[in-house]
Amino acid sequence: MQTATYFDHNGTTRLDSRVLERMLPFMTEQSGNATSRHSAGRTARQAIEQAREQVAAAVGAYPSQVVFTGSGTEADNLAIHGIAMANGVEQVLISAIEHPAVSRPAQALQWHGIKTGLIAADANGVIQPAALKAAISGATKPVGLVSVMLANNETGVIQPISELTEIARQHKAWVHTDAVQALGKISVDFAELNVHAMTLSSHKIHGPQGAGALILDKRVDIRPLLYGGGQEKGLRSGSENLAALVGFGMAAELSTSGLATRREHMEKLRASLEQGLAELGATLFGARAGRLPNTSFFAFDGIEGETLVMALDRQGFAVASGSACSSDSTEPSHVLMAMGVNADLARGSVRVSLGYANTMQEVDAFLLTLKGELQRLRKLTAIAV
Amino acid sequence: MTVHTPIYLDYSATTPTDPRVAEKMIPFLTEHFGNPASRSHPFGWTAEKAVENAREEVAKLVNADPREIVWTSGATESNNLAIKGAANFYSGKGKHIVTIQTEHKAVLDAVRELERVGFEATYLAPEPNGLVDIEKFRAALRPDTVLASVMLVNNEIGVIQDIETLGNICREQGIIFHVDAAQATGKVHIDLEKLPVDLMSFSAHKTYGPKGIGALYVRRKPRVRLEAQMHGGGHERGLRSGTLATHQIVGMGEAFRIAREEMDLENARVRRLRDRLLTGLQEIDEVYVNGDMKQRVPHNLNISFNFVEGESLIMAVKDIAVSSGSACTSASLEPSYVLRALGRSDELAHSSIRFSIGRFTTEEEVDYTIELMKSKIGKLRELSPLWEMHLEGVDLSKVEWAAH
Repeated sequence: MQTATYFDHNGTTRLDSRVLERMLPFMTEQSGNATSRHSAGRTARQAIEQAREQVAAAVGAYPSQVVFTGSGTEADNLAIHGIAMANGVEQVLISAIEHPAVSRPAQALQWHGIKTGLIAADANGVIQPAALKAAISGATKPVGLVSVMLANNETGVIQPISELTEIARQHKAWVHTDAVQALGKISVDFAELNVHAMTLSSHKIHGPQGAGALILDKRVDIRPLLYGGGQEKGLRSGSENLAALVGFGMAAELSTSGLATRREHMEKLRASLEQGLAELGATLFGARAGRLPNTSFFAFDGIEGETLVMALDRQGFAVASGSACSSDSTEPSHVLMAMGVNADLARGSVRVSLGYANTMQEVDAFLLTLKGELQRLRKLTAIAV
Repeated sequence: MTVHTPIYLDYSATTPTDPRVAEKMIPFLTEHFGNPASRSHPFGWTAEKAVENAREEVAKLVNADPREIVWTSGATESNNLAIKGAANFYSGKGKHIVTIQTEHKAVLDAVRELERVGFEATYLAPEPNGLVDIEKFRAALRPDTVLASVMLVNNEIGVIQDIETLGNICREQGIIFHVDAAQATGKVHIDLEKLPVDLMSFSAHKTYGPKGIGALYVRRKPRVRLEAQMHGGGHERGLRSGTLATHQIVGMGEAFRIAREEMDLENARVRRLRDRLLTGLQEIDEVYVNGDMKQRVPHNLNISFNFVEGESLIMAVKDIAVSSGSACTSASLEPSYVLRALGRSDELAHSSIRFSIGRFTTEEEVDYTIELMKSKIGKLRELSPLWEMHLEGVDLSKVEWAAH
């Protein structure tokens, strides 16, 4: 079954063979503890610093702004909890379409007496500057922290972060963006976005699982999540995950080289995919907004998303029915709810997220299979009714 | 057989990944790359199955139920989750924590963070041999104590605490008992069905597994509750969100399987090497072993060399990779807080070396190390005025030094 066509790149990606090659020596013979001062430890330290430079270069940041973590989720938690707690923030605003890695820690701040409000999305899944202004003026306390993702994991819709940042900064709020889905698909520039903190993840860019980073403006005070040996300048204790960080660095470097070509390739495939989807009568979510080049989020009226996903899986196509983390729940997607999509239609949602290694043949085969499955499922529904 | 330098004798800082472990991990970096949380396709299912098999292996090594194992990014995160998570969850019952001065930084700093937010803490001093006095421990507990944290094996001196007795005292008084076992797996038999322990931290990379992965044991009966420290997709039953790093989890499972199957043989071999090293080094004058030699893991030897200066000692023994404290604090020049807690003077603490032997250490390497230490210590002492005074019979502790 592992030879199936993989269309779930927003869930996780296949490790690039060049990344694996770079990691292998660090998984075996060169596996010193980076904090040790003997030569094995120093080799480890140098490798981590090189990875830090690679990650920084990929997103227009300085190496000193990179705080390595164990995952994107951890970086999000560090940003939300850490910035709110260290700066006496009383009110946090997050967008209504955030990943749970942002929304859950934001909600958990209530235990510390910190309020969290939502910034509404429009029907296309965009967080408009006007919505942020409305949320700020609607808040009962001064807003201290704003978090809006750079690109949504379900719809792929790209958010106007620079504009949102400008508004937030006028109100003296810190700004965080989760750029986990954006890196490797569009260009990401920390300085240009002008945010204070930005989350990255390795396994979404053909790097290994187990590594992430928070890119952090050093002027921002932040309270660590993990205390101990004082690694990452005290911001993230714990022996460094050497091989994963080395892999992350390499993957970050590869994610920006040849980006335009890969982007073009994915856009071409997606245009063909979406033309086919339209012919089959799909509703495409976020269609009128600027989106990542690889993501299509759609539904067919009267067809349950889970059922369709399972049917496609049996035919050898790996797609998702929402974000992987919540794909075992039957609640309609909170992203689609925020966009005002009807709950029944939202329950039919299916996400195809392409990778640069996917081919036009795979897209054509997918459309053909989809057509057949839709006919079959519609017949079944007709009988049931 | 020739000896290749530097010789790695720092297995307590980190261990090389066993080739069998690396081999098992690689397919999960390549063809089986799925996200174990993806429920809609076989890429996800294969990853999830591998994660659950590994969870069973980790549980088996410590005789626990797989449902009691929560994946983390390492022992530091496990310790933080256990200590902050339990203290916060049970803070309604009281706000006092008891721990030991010689705990790992990940425990001490998590407790200090709790102090900052309104908890009180008692940092109990160990006896000069590094072990906790049972009666002193009992006396440190208060009616408002909610949590006690004592490590099973110390990272610097390798002493093994009497966890069973300490745990029973905690249980009698309804106190949650956390044990950092990062240094213990594969060295000490752990049976969580018998041990009265509520929470236990594990690390993979100290037991020939990969870095970046660890686990926390959370007892089900009687059930122990925690406040999650990392929120998100609700992985690990909501206790620890974040995409699971499948290949690392697979690696930890394999490392713990190997540990379970081979630890008895391996420990016997490692103990012979350690004892050979000890016998050899004891031929040098004025050496002091730190920590109890009986209640101690077989691979650790921590020795202070009197009348040599700490930093020059480290520079002189570049051919061997050893620690002069725990790796996590070796970037600083402070004498080891563990050795100071045993009552060692700053001088002896500074001139201490932790030798930790492991799976790939050979007898030739041990013999080379003994000869190297003898020759280097000899040379350093030749240069030392203090050594000269000692030889002349001057009692240095009574010398009054003039200020310049």
